[in-house]
Amino acid sequence: MNLHNAKKTALPIMNLVRMQGVPILDQLHLEERLLRSDFKNWCILNVGTPQPTIVMGVSGKPSELINIKSVIYNQVPVIRRFTGGGTVIVDKETIFVTLICSRQAVPLLNLYPQPIMSWTGTLYHDALSDFGKFQLRENDYVFNNLKFGGNAQSITKNRWIHHTSFLWDYDVKNMDYLKHPPRSPKYRLERSHEEFLCKMKDFVPSKLIFIEKTLNSLQKHFVLQPIQADDINALNIPYAPSSRLLTKEELEKELLSTTA
Amino acid sequence: MASRVLWASRAASYLRISTFNRAFSTVLKDLKYNDTHEWVKVDGDSATVGITDHAQDHLGDVVYVELPEVGSTVAQGANFGAVESVKATSDIISPVSGEIVEVNDELSNSPGLVNASPYENGWIIKVKLNDAAELDSLMDSDKYTKFCEEEDAKH
Repeated sequence: MNLHNAKKTALPIMNLVRMQGVPILDQLHLEERLLRSDFKNWCILNVGTPQPTIVMGVSGKPSELINIKSVIYNQVPVIRRFTGGGTVIVDKETIFVTLICSRQAVPLLNLYPQPIMSWTGTLYHDALSDFGKFQLRENDYVFNNLKFGGNAQSITKNRWIHHTSFLWDYDVKNMDYLKHPPRSPKYRLERSHEEFLCKMKDFVPSKLIFIEKTLNSLQKHFVLQPIQADDINALNIPYAPSSRLLTKEELEKELLSTTA
Repeated sequence: MASRVLWASRAASYLRISTFNRAFSTVLKDLKYNDTHEWVKVDGDSATVGITDHAQDHLGDVVYVELPEVGSTVAQGANFGAVESVKATSDIISPVSGEIVEVNDELSNSPGLVNASPYENGWIIKVKLNDAAELDSLMDSDKYTKFCEEEDAKH
């Protein structure tokens, strides 16, 4: 008996969707549909979103998190996503990796934020520890105490999603759209964005190597089944996602409420 | 009045060797519980619903509570709102079916009440029940205490 294949067939299946340059709002809509209305496990990979976009968590207040005046002036899109967590600015040099799993997918995993976060930390430690001193610090992925991956989750009765925006590279000027958040991790120690973040490209040889290492790590837990993005559209999943673009009027109202 | 149910000595010795901090969770005798860690307090055909001490402890600091609209309906086993803690939103699952007659607006300004007072000031919704028989499928305090113990031992 081929023990390797026998072990492999005991692993749950995870559908793998690889995308390039899909707008982040479309990605979030897809993710919410798959979380809420599907029962299978999914890994969504998206390399880049076409234009710089600010993405806030479900309860984010623009007046606390972004410099609204310059965001409006420069017409930077602002999205409120369906998961918790903080604010990021993403662009074509951001790599998105999302895991959507059913309760039984990871044996003995308790569906609460910290255990899920910790499990993903071991996954990415497996993938990235060759390239630098990788750690999960509080809820961020870091190399040498410098953040390169921000995480957010949503947990339902029997499913969970954990999605990450990885900073392959970023434009330092774009970080000026973001304020220092009122709730920030202790290890940040009041550092500015520039002093707190790092670029993955300074540690990992290529985007492809990062993706392949991540998939290798995932394959220790799942049998990956590639799915074409077009085939997902054919699934016709009936769910109205909640992630949305904030309107200019909403941002202006927020700005007025802070200057009043 | 509420009474505190303590963990068995077996749970206490487990905690002494556990590798992470975990306080004793409070379970109240006069409430009913579902398997997703929500509680319900029944008074005639009215019910108050919240999340348990066990749940708030495992979620971490609650920073936001997504409340439903008064007048909307809830169904047993279906989600009606969410709490945000750390980086996650977690669905709140209703233990009963009925019409929402009141929501705890205090949670909009003070979401931390869910952590500090999960069974009293941290209540989430009040419901006019439409099927009292549903309560029979819920756990009493003893069963829920055992359920939590078994769940924590498994993970």
